[in-house]
Amino acid sequence: MKEAFEIPKLPLDDWIDAGLDFLTEHFAFLTKSISKHLEEVIYFIIDGLMFFPPGIIIIIFTLIAWRLADSKVALLTVIGLCFLWNLRLWEPTIETLTLVLVATFIAVLIAIPMGILAALSKSAYRIIMPLMDLMQTMPAFVYLIPAIPFFGLGAVSAIFSTVIFAMPPAIRLTCLGIKQVPRELIEAADAFGSTKLQKLFKLQLPLAIPTIMAGINQTIMLALSMVVIAAMIGAGGLGSEVWRAIQRLQPGMGFQAGIAIVILAIILDRISQKVGQKNRHYSA
Amino acid sequence: MEKIRAVNLTKIFGSDPKLALALLSAGTGKDEIFNRTGQAVALSNVSFEVQAGEILVVMGLSGSGKSTLIRCINRLIEPTHGQVFIDGEDITNLAHHALLELRRQKFGMVFQHFALFPHRNLLHNVEFGLEIQHKDKAFRRDKARAALKSVGLDGWEEAMPHQLSGGMQQRVGLARALAVDPDILLMDEAFSALDPLIRGDMQNELISLQNRMKKTILFITHNLDEALKMGNRVVLMKNGQIVQVGTPEEIVTTPADDYVKRFVENVDKSKVLTAQSVLIPAGVVAYLDDTPRAVLEKMQSENLSDMLIIQRDNTLQGIVRQKSVEAAVSRGDKTITSMIDSDVPTVISSEPLTTLISILAKWPWQLPVVDEEYKLQGVVINTGILAALANEP
Ligand SMILES: Nc1ncnc2c1ncn2[C@@H]1O[C@H](COP(=O)(O)OP(=O)(O)OP(=O)(O)O)[C@@H](O)[C@H]1O
Ligand SMILES: [Mg+2]
Repeated sequence: MKEAFEIPKLPLDDWIDAGLDFLTEHFAFLTKSISKHLEEVIYFIIDGLMFFPPGIIIIIFTLIAWRLADSKVALLTVIGLCFLWNLRLWEPTIETLTLVLVATFIAVLIAIPMGILAALSKSAYRIIMPLMDLMQTMPAFVYLIPAIPFFGLGAVSAIFSTVIFAMPPAIRLTCLGIKQVPRELIEAADAFGSTKLQKLFKLQLPLAIPTIMAGINQTIMLALSMVVIAAMIGAGGLGSEVWRAIQRLQPGMGFQAGIAIVILAIILDRISQKVGQKNRHYSA
Repeated sequence: MEKIRAVNLTKIFGSDPKLALALLSAGTGKDEIFNRTGQAVALSNVSFEVQAGEILVVMGLSGSGKSTLIRCINRLIEPTHGQVFIDGEDITNLAHHALLELRRQKFGMVFQHFALFPHRNLLHNVEFGLEIQHKDKAFRRDKARAALKSVGLDGWEEAMPHQLSGGMQQRVGLARALAVDPDILLMDEAFSALDPLIRGDMQNELISLQNRMKKTILFITHNLDEALKMGNRVVLMKNGQIVQVGTPEEIVTTPADDYVKRFVENVDKSKVLTAQSVLIPAGVVAYLDDTPRAVLEKMQSENLSDMLIIQRDNTLQGIVRQKSVEAAVSRGDKTITSMIDSDVPTVISSEPLTTLISILAKWPWQLPVVDEEYKLQGVVINTGILAALANEP
């Protein structure tokens, strides 16, 4: 029985659809073309990495790990990657690595300026921070749905959702790192007649690097946590190995791919942590 | 020449200083203003000037507004009311870029907790000001090296700030301020965080640097001994207001009110007071052309056992003692020249009491005070010093 005074439902879903339809109609041509180019870049990288024998790529990655971090992390890298190669997961590993790093790169490219803005302007802070809360608490799956009409099925949609989901910590920690610079040091820079930009580049950003790196580290981890979800819209990589295992109910294959993701996560985590530590300054 | 002039500087912290300012000019007290409006009066109507080449010390207890005051001078804090003149130019309304330029050209600042940049080595810390001014690299390096050298830190260019002790860090702070070759040094409790021995060293070093460089220095401290040691003049502050301005000696000898008097009580006066303040007129003296008999008569009528000898133009010749004068009289000498002991210690009027005390410990007679031309200005005697130290007028 229908009650006479029932409050009508707000058509929130319809509104959002209408808004998205409008955006798709007017901007999809643009996003589709971005998508096409970005996809080309991604496959260029993947093809490039697959062109060389895994042994060479492993040596290169190990050297990079050694340069950026230390010999321990390099050892971890060489063992981890050889293990993944042995599991015959080399190609999905390269795909996932590429997606994660491209997504992280884009996220950081957007996050650092936003973080700086939020740190330096109170009104920007008041807009950006609630937005971050929203982006982080929204279930990640939801981003997949609108991504498809804009970017089509595949890696770019996955990257788009990953960027949105993984960006907030980089923004937050960039903002925090800049705000943490002691007032006394800012005052010293001011006393010598520094402009805002001079303060930013000579003082605030250099001192914020360890904190920013901690943010980037979290962004990488969140991006990795998206790989299975991203596989649902055709992103490929280790995520799709897991996804396939779910569909075929093959726990062994699922865990194997899952462990591969964990190994990749550990390597990326250790490298990015070490980069942050190396740039840490003693507060004098 | 006048370098800095502050006129009626007032600073009120809070969201709405208007009402507080009106109350303040109506004579309402700081505490009442805070209770009624929630606005904190940090400075009220502070006026003073600093001469070029002078060290002006601002001294006051914690919360008296010293840091606020020094920051109003280069507008790191905007005064709520009043003006600041630098070299006669009113800087209170300078636009942003002109203000930055002024800070670059005229000011060097040294901070209580050093405020060195932890990510830069000493050389890069010291050249910071020049970098901000877009000076070329070679020039910056030269200036920074020279500045580090002037504070005794040559060879430490590559060290990082955290590797240094507090005293060394503050030397870097000083070098960083000096590297831009500023007219004015602003020092906010620059030595307060250092332990006493290092602090004393730094004070002496700053004084000797100042003797060479002749900067204009505004020096903040909460320590009266430091104020009296460093200052050509001292400004005493209390609750955001100036209580007294004067030379160290004036502050110690004539405190303006009970507040100052309480401070001064604990001061080591022997370091602050000079011969000038314990000088008494020489009284009866003998002249070089007096006969021994005349001198002896003067001594006997004044009941003195010794007497200073001067020329008619006041130039000090020495001292004679009763015994040798009596001997000269009995021998029938015509002059006293041969009786004069010319090996008399003398002091100038700016000599501190500590020096006088150590001389008088070995010289139990009157101690003559002379000017640069050796003209007698007066004498100092033991009891005069004791009275001054005991604060008896
Ligand atoms: N940003 C601020 N907001 C509100 N009140 C302030 C602010 N800065 C200073 N004050 C107040 O102004 C008064 C003077 O402070 P100031 O720091 O100038 O004192 P000070 O003499 O330097 O003290 P200290 O010896 O502790 O450094 C104090 O009562 C302080 O609480
Ligand atoms: Mg202070």
